[in-house]
Amino acid sequence: MDAKRTVELDLATPGVDHAGEVVRFPVGVTESGASGILAPADKEPDLGGDHMLVNMGPQHPATHGVLRLVVELDGEVVLRVIPHVGYLHTGFEKLGEYRHYNQIVPLTDRMDYLAPMSNNVLLALAAEKLMGIEITERCKVLRVIACEMSRIISHLVWVGTTGVDIGAFTPFLWSFQQRELVYNLQEMWTGARLTTSLTRVGGLMADIPDGFEEGLRDFCKTFPDTLDEVDRMLTHNGIWCGRTQDIGVLSAEEAINYSLSGPMLRASGVSYDVRKDRPYLDYETYDFEIPVGEHGDVYDRYICRMEEIRQSVRILEQALDRLPDGPINVDDPRVVLPPKEAAMSDMEAMIFHFKQVMEGVRAPIGEVYMPIESPKGELGYYFVSDGTAKPVRFRVRPPAFINLSALPKMAEGHLLSDLIAINASMDIVMGEVDR
Amino acid sequence: MNPSVDVLRRQFGGAVHRALVTCGDTIVYVDVQRLRDILGFLKDTAGEEYDYLVDVTAVEYRDMERPLEVVYELYSLSRHAQLRVKAELDKNADLAVDSVVSLWQGANWLEREVYDMFGITFRDHPDLRRILMWETYAEGHPLRKDFPLRGRFSRAEQVRQALNASPESHYSMEELSVADAYYELPADMRERLLRGKRAEIPDPEAP
Repeated sequence: MDAKRTVELDLATPGVDHAGEVVRFPVGVTESGASGILAPADKEPDLGGDHMLVNMGPQHPATHGVLRLVVELDGEVVLRVIPHVGYLHTGFEKLGEYRHYNQIVPLTDRMDYLAPMSNNVLLALAAEKLMGIEITERCKVLRVIACEMSRIISHLVWVGTTGVDIGAFTPFLWSFQQRELVYNLQEMWTGARLTTSLTRVGGLMADIPDGFEEGLRDFCKTFPDTLDEVDRMLTHNGIWCGRTQDIGVLSAEEAINYSLSGPMLRASGVSYDVRKDRPYLDYETYDFEIPVGEHGDVYDRYICRMEEIRQSVRILEQALDRLPDGPINVDDPRVVLPPKEAAMSDMEAMIFHFKQVMEGVRAPIGEVYMPIESPKGELGYYFVSDGTAKPVRFRVRPPAFINLSALPKMAEGHLLSDLIAINASMDIVMGEVDR
Repeated sequence: MNPSVDVLRRQFGGAVHRALVTCGDTIVYVDVQRLRDILGFLKDTAGEEYDYLVDVTAVEYRDMERPLEVVYELYSLSRHAQLRVKAELDKNADLAVDSVVSLWQGANWLEREVYDMFGITFRDHPDLRRILMWETYAEGHPLRKDFPLRGRFSRAEQVRQALNASPESHYSMEELSVADAYYELPADMRERLLRGKRAEIPDPEAP
């Protein structure tokens, strides 16, 4: 990676000094007792030491939703960032306590709305672990496909919108065009582009339709070309490097201490991926790599995400190769709804249908924490059950929320324009932050 | 059962209550007074190394007699081991726990969320404010079981409060006292800030 680390001096931003090194101003309590920059750069004009309070958001295009940042500035240097969240708070955790496990699935669509299918999969996995249900082989592989499709579209949105934030418009168009192809497949499978509600406890809402496999194979074949084009546009681009390298650096210890997860953690050099470390859905049997950065800056987060997309394509190809025939739902009428024809003609099936719809699937007394590697990081659902069909507590461990809590630390001492890049690099989605 | 439980029992004796395994996860109940010591021990002791704080949350059961639980989900990145530490809080007593922000910075927002949603205070937390609900939110703590699903105030009352909110209610006291902005505030607002007091929210119950 070192070979890529050359910054075109003439294109450098004001945050870079004459030697091409990023200037990060030390911030703290000055001799006069007020907070400020400790060692002001010589060329900075003296502005009398007044600080400015800038309110950014909640209606700001670069905050990726309804995030509001109150920024204290000394000149152009960020002294302090105070994020305000909660504008999209919907009370999903409270609502979940009033719903059957299957009825929570539509709520999960609306949390991380850039990768709804991986949320659906996690909800089913957590409920199944709680109830001790073993799902079928075909269902496992289809859920892996769902997760990796989600990762690709989520990272494509990330690279596109981050490019726009920093000033590169073209990759946005290319990545959104490719994302549309995945959305078409998603629509083909679930009937919805965004609110997929793909999974049910014990299986899926539908098997993949005819033509889906061919469509996905075709996508896996053609998509890497576009990805390479995006890569060529950005990875060695002087402006891109100048805006992202050495910006918002977090060391490995800091990243762990802040409980970061996903590409944010791995860019800082910590190789923790739930798919490898706490495998689910037989991820240990797939052949893929976990990209790990070394500098912990915005650029490394970008490199990590780009490589993750490539690895996701690899996993998709392997999943398509091994996709077995067979049922998608477990053979247990207490958990999975009987087919409609059976429910209309068979007494027993009708009773099971009635009990499931009216009473829901009962979970035993106990609790479960189930994590998966969502595109944003470690997404975990925590269910506490008291033996009824509705959970006592439905807790979401939101990776974007926890990653966002490190923003004040990362942005401190950088320029205001770098705050935009740092904020973009976290890949937050406010539906999940606010829940 | 995770062997760390035995280590904890040897080290802390009676402060470690029952331990159980559900769905493959080990849960250990500890005394709330020693919670911070125990978590610090688990984080920094060689052989334990639970360096990654996965989650902080709380549970209230439908059975109103059962105590509230504060839940710390720990993970060791080096040993790939999981441990869930719980402390029980008597609902009739002071709902307060020692903050672990000095151990993990990541606990900062998670504890604020638990405070916001359950009303559990964290001693020595650097910035214990509401996080998902706004700071002047007066309806209580939404994830408590005695909180109705639709909220305590009517929709009309909520709208009325939102429309009557003064601009200062969108900023924290700390932010308002920053820098230039302070001198540009209206005189009455400055005066209230000096006294450290917010604008009053009208009480909906008052005649």
